[in-house]
Amino acid sequence: MSFKRKDLLGLASLSQEEMALILDAAEPFKEVSGREIKKVPALRGKTVINLFFEPSTRTRTSFELAAKRLSADVVNFSPSSSSVMKGETLLDTARNIEFMQADILVLRHSSAGAAEILARNSRLSVINAGDGWHEHPTQALSDLLTIQEKKGQVRDLHVAIVGDVAHSRVARSNIYALTKMGANVRVVGPPTMIPLCLHRLGVTVYHDFDEAISGVDVVIMLRLQLERQGRSLFPSIREYARLYGLTAERVQRAAKDVLVMHPGPVNRGVEIAHDVVDGNAAVILEQVANGVAVRMGLMYLLSQRN
Amino acid sequence: MTQTKSRHESVIMDRHEMTRALTRIAHEILERNKGCHDVGLVGIRTGGVYLAQRLKQLVSQIERTDVVLGELDITLYRDDLALRKNQPVLKKTDIPFHISDLKIILVDDVLFTGRTIRAAMDGLMDLGRPAEIQLAVLVDRGHRQLPIRANYVGKNIPTAKDENIRVFLEELGEEDRVSKLIEAERTA
Repeated sequence: MSFKRKDLLGLASLSQEEMALILDAAEPFKEVSGREIKKVPALRGKTVINLFFEPSTRTRTSFELAAKRLSADVVNFSPSSSSVMKGETLLDTARNIEFMQADILVLRHSSAGAAEILARNSRLSVINAGDGWHEHPTQALSDLLTIQEKKGQVRDLHVAIVGDVAHSRVARSNIYALTKMGANVRVVGPPTMIPLCLHRLGVTVYHDFDEAISGVDVVIMLRLQLERQGRSLFPSIREYARLYGLTAERVQRAAKDVLVMHPGPVNRGVEIAHDVVDGNAAVILEQVANGVAVRMGLMYLLSQRN
Repeated sequence: MTQTKSRHESVIMDRHEMTRALTRIAHEILERNKGCHDVGLVGIRTGGVYLAQRLKQLVSQIERTDVVLGELDITLYRDDLALRKNQPVLKKTDIPFHISDLKIILVDDVLFTGRTIRAAMDGLMDLGRPAEIQLAVLVDRGHRQLPIRANYVGKNIPTAKDENIRVFLEELGEEDRVSKLIEAERTA
């Protein structure tokens, strides 16, 4: 089976086989990133444009490194320095990029569906690097690869996703990815941060972290978006940390060889305690390393499309 | 009207001839490199890997020392990546030693256009600076499109361009042999 899609917009529409294909393609690229000369000529002569309308260091750098290690040429657009400030529409920006003969467009945007609009209206291969509260597929794929490597398989694992699920594209992509791969997913958070009817996605909803974490194989902590604190989703950061922060005591309640994951950036001492971030169970930096490999595998597959 | 494809196979090298050829290549490698202390074998996926393993065994039997062995996947270095209809399956390159300053012997099953070897040499260069690169192939069937020549050849087999030469290996569940495959289309 080969990967036939032009774009990667989200995991909701991807089959289990397609996700497995991307993970398989990522595997050989881990070896490339470990070399002294971290470069292969697979995307020589291709152009990748990073179009980021929201601040991001990790994801943009990860995409940029992935493209460069494949020998593609990379251009970074940021709205403050581009004609978007002059009133150009998103679609016009994309058309211009298309006619500069670029091949892959990596888009981060604050509006859900932005990547899909561009994908439908241009010949570019569009990769969604996060659109609003909708999806962040490459992050979830990196998480899948990390779990698969550490646990051997994803099927039948118990995974808890903890925090502000309502406003998290990482959570949504992870729910799609994990449930499709056969994991049992629990989501945990205060009622203000859990969307209604979330159980329809095939997950179990908890509001008590201590209850939810018992026996799980993987805990995925979400970043508490401190900038949302003014919106009274929770009374105080301190209370949130007490009820939903991952402490060493809580880790004890999980399975013995539990994996602690976090998409970053980490708020130490808020959603996750210092000693847990630096502890043996944490695989946060492995997630980052796998992120580059997954993005290389994905861009390789997209560039193979004729 | 139905079209049937019949495949005619004529065996060019059998199991014994293959073993003899590989044994001779092993001796030639040792003779040319005055032993194997600074030699590394690198098989090109997929067939070359198994032949390299056999050469490693033969060389260490003759010389009673071990020789390092690696596997190279050249998919990312192909010059026809964008032209192929099917995505080639990407596999891992696994060369567990430093190739710099070693004499690297690339091993492949069939030498044809030379493009695979070009890709393999580029792949090797990205891993370090070998002292020398030599090439060992079981079959040389001619029709080179690049200025590439093998140092060790199991057998030269003159072919027509559209003929198909296949090396079957025990490791891949076949009986060891080299065959010329002729596909004839019949309309009935």
